[in-house]
This record gives sequence, structure tokens and C-alpha cells, in this order.
Amino acid sequence: MNAKPVIEVKNIFKHFDKVAALNGVSLNVYPGKVVVIIGPSGSGKSTLLRCMNHMEVESSGEIYVNGKLLNGDQKRLNYIRSEMGMVFQSFNLYPHLNVLENVVLAQRIVRKIPRKEAVEVAMEQLIKVGIVDKANAFPSQLSGGQQQRVAIARALAMKPKIMLFDEPTSALDPEMIKEVLDVMLMLAQEGITMVVVTHEMGFARAAADEVVFMDQGLIIEHGTPSQLFDSPVHPRTQQFLSQILSH
Amino acid sequence: MSQTTFSDTLSDISSPPATLVKRSLKERLDSFPWWFVALILILVATYTAIILEPTYAEAFAFIKAGLGVTVKVTLWAFGIAILLGLIAGMGRISRNIVSRNLATLYVEFVRGVPMLVLIFFIALVAVPVFVTGINNIGNWLESLGWQAAAVPLQKLDGKSVDMTVRAVVALSITYGAFLAEIFRAGIQSVDKGQMEAARSQGMSHIQAMYYIIMPQAIRNVLPALGNDFIALLKDSSLVSVLAVREITQIAKLYGARTFRFPEAYTITAILYLTITLVLSLLVKLVERRTRQDER
Repeated sequence: MNAKPVIEVKNIFKHFDKVAALNGVSLNVYPGKVVVIIGPSGSGKSTLLRCMNHMEVESSGEIYVNGKLLNGDQKRLNYIRSEMGMVFQSFNLYPHLNVLENVVLAQRIVRKIPRKEAVEVAMEQLIKVGIVDKANAFPSQLSGGQQQRVAIARALAMKPKIMLFDEPTSALDPEMIKEVLDVMLMLAQEGITMVVVTHEMGFARAAADEVVFMDQGLIIEHGTPSQLFDSPVHPRTQQFLSQILSH
Repeated sequence: MSQTTFSDTLSDISSPPATLVKRSLKERLDSFPWWFVALILILVATYTAIILEPTYAEAFAFIKAGLGVTVKVTLWAFGIAILLGLIAGMGRISRNIVSRNLATLYVEFVRGVPMLVLIFFIALVAVPVFVTGINNIGNWLESLGWQAAAVPLQKLDGKSVDMTVRAVVALSITYGAFLAEIFRAGIQSVDKGQMEAARSQGMSHIQAMYYIIMPQAIRNVLPALGNDFIALLKDSSLVSVLAVREITQIAKLYGARTFRFPEAYTITAILYLTITLVLSLLVKLVERRTRQDER
């Protein structure tokens, strides 16, 4: 690959008190690619994702986003974060604001975009995720799937170059998973750079350019979906896939 | 929820929120707030006495003159206490070691001293010392040759600070510490995912606090704030020890002059009760509304 990576993770370690979560992980994410990270729980995949925008700070190692090192400089970090959307497992919509204001707020106070324009962008994004009719509803009045789609719209409204998804469907009722995955598939086809931590193997197969399998804080295997799912090399990958695909 | 009847509101005072299921007569009688009816009867009886009995009427006319001071002291003290409480409450959970320890010192100090003692201490020790400190700053400015700034500071007289002002200062500082704990709990009650979501969008810590955390925290603590407002109103009676002419002080004066203690203190009690009853109904309504919003 010739393009410069938009995210470079260089040999990061992360431990919480005495517990090691990441044991030396390196990963390059290239522009326009969809990278799906899979692995058993506790494998460090969410921690890796959360390090990419410094929601967690690595204990050692370096992370570059668009060539900029993530460090303690808060101003610079805020700017870098504003160009990376993040979608959480538990949605984390702002419950005291209605759907429209959820999508408008950060545009106004981080990007200083005039209200009229910010509302236009918000409506555009709400149309895109198919939830514009709920613009005046409050998050508590929405289903989980609807909340997650609003959360995606909220992230997209900042016009991010990269989207991070941290188990976006894990907290959803089964019948709502599809509506969220459909939106994510649409984004993947639009060519936005995405890093997705998920247990949805169907999505990984359909949308991913690369799949990363992690276990015990290490990247065990990294390849295209067909390589990883159809002919995994590492025994640990084989074991994991056989466990989740067998039923 | 659609229409709520007055009796629903009443029964809500004593029981958990009414279920949607129709309740039987026995259950209704069981949960009916009889105590509230009794309280109203006591109030009605006393106010009847005030209207019909000349001695009660006279005492009432005399004592109600203190109402204005009670309300004024309470409102000022509560306003300042909210500011102090917000600052100290955020200080309590700050990552900055200095502000965290300062805030904790303040809260623990106030919580460990009886309120009456604190009122004496702040009004008669802390305020004069503070004013002397300002005088000294004035002297220092004079020595630097800044006459214009120095003179007003030197002129302040620790002994002449109005007792009502001292009372407000004492109550604000005391309640600021109580409110700090309420605000701290309120901030901590907001899910930590909220801060993460805000920061992930590029908001600074301060922006996230202002736009995301505090609005939710304050909404969560509104009922507790209301209850503390009521408590402050009652505790404002303590400043009668500073001879501030609020309700209790005036009742004390009236009783001492006329020896009509039953009239003086019955009316005082009933005045406080009337105000706190109305206020606690308001708090209940606010509580009800915030609970509904969350659904």
C-alpha cells in the first residue's frame, strides 16, 4: 500500500493498575479502509480502539493520527478528536437535549459553525441515518437502534475523516441490530475510514477491507476477511472462529 | 402522565408514585395522608385564633414584621451558598490536588462544627478578622503610595458590619458546604459515558462540564436543593442569636416584653410551618416533573 496511513499505532502497551490490556500492538489504518477488530472479550480490542483518540492513554508506545502524534497537548488533542467520530456501545446521547440539538451542539461549540448552518448539516445527517422524523424527540423516547443511529449522525455532523465504532450493536436488542449495521454498511461504501470493534462477523465479512484478530492484548492475525474467516492460519484464530461460527 | 388530581398530589407526599392500577377503597384509605389533613386543621385552628382572639391578633401583627427579614436573609444566603457549593462541589472531585484538598477542608470543617457555633464564629470572629485583613491591605497600599485605593479599604470598620450581613455570610458559608456535597453527588450521578462522548467530539473538559455534565447534574439535584432551601429557611431562625430582627428574634422580643409566650411561639411555629409546607409541595411537584422527564 502506497498511501500514508491515517492512523499509525506503534508498539503500544497499556495496563490498568497491574492488569495488562495491550502488550505491544502495532497497526496501520489506511485512508478509506474499513478495519474490523474481532476477538474474545478482554482481548484488548476496545482498549486499542479507545487509545486511537486517547479516550485511554497508552502506557507506552506512540499513536499518530494524520501524522500528528497524540500527546498531552489538550488543544491539539481536541482538534484531532473533532476530526474523528466515535460511536459507543451505550450510545451516550445527551439526554437533556433533543435529537437535533444532540447533533448540532458540538458543531456550534467546537467548530463555531453558525446555528443555521449547523442545523442544516444536522438535518442532512439525520436524513442519512433515516431518523429525521424524530428530530424533536428526546433520546429517552427512542429505541436503542434509533438512539445509536442518532449517535452516528452526531458523529458524522462533525465531518470526520475517521469513524471509530466501539461495539456499536452489543447493547441492542436483536431486532434493532440490522438498522444500525445497514447505516454502517452505507458509510463503508461511501469510503470513509472506519475502525470497528464488533462481534458481528456478518458485518465484518461484508464491509471490512481488513480484519484484525486480537487475543490477550496482542494482534494474533491480520488479513482480508476471506483470508481470516476462510483460512485462518493461527490456531487461536481457528479456535475463536469455530466457537462463534459453530452456532 | 395526563391529569393529576389534587388528592393524587397529596397521597404522593406519603407514598410511592401512584401505580396505573386502580386501587381499592381500603388501599386508598390506607395510603391517604391523614397526617396532612391534621396538619391543615392545626393551621386552620391557629389562623382562626389569630382572627378571633385579640391577643393572638396583636402578637401576629407584631411578629409578621420579621417575615421580610427571614425571607431576605434566606434568599441571599441561598444564592451565595449555591455559588460556594458549585465551586466547592467541583473542587471536591477536581483532579487538582490543591483545589480538591481546599474544598474538602471547607466541607469537613463546616460539617464538624455545630451550626450555632459556626454562626457565632463566623459573625463574631471570622468577619472582624477578615475586615482587619482588608484594613491591613489598605495600610499596605498606602505605604506604596496608592492613596485612592487605600482609603476606602482603611475606612472599613469591623465592628460596624451589619449583623444581618454577618448572618447572611454565616449561613452562606454553612450551607455552601452542604450544597457542595449535593452538587458533588449530582455531578458523580451523571454517567461517565457523557463526558467521554463530549470529549470524543473535541469538546474541552470545561465545555463538556458546562454543556453536558452540569445541566444533567443540576436537574438531578433539584429536589435536594429544594429540601436544603427549606432547611435553610428554618435554620435562619438561628441568626436570632445575632439579634437580627427576623421572625424568631421578634417573637423572642415580643414574648419577653408581654410574657405572652404561648401566643408568641405558637404564631412563630405556624408561620414557619406555613411557608415550609407550601415550599415542600413545590419541591414535590418539581421532583415529580423531573421523574416524568426521565421516562
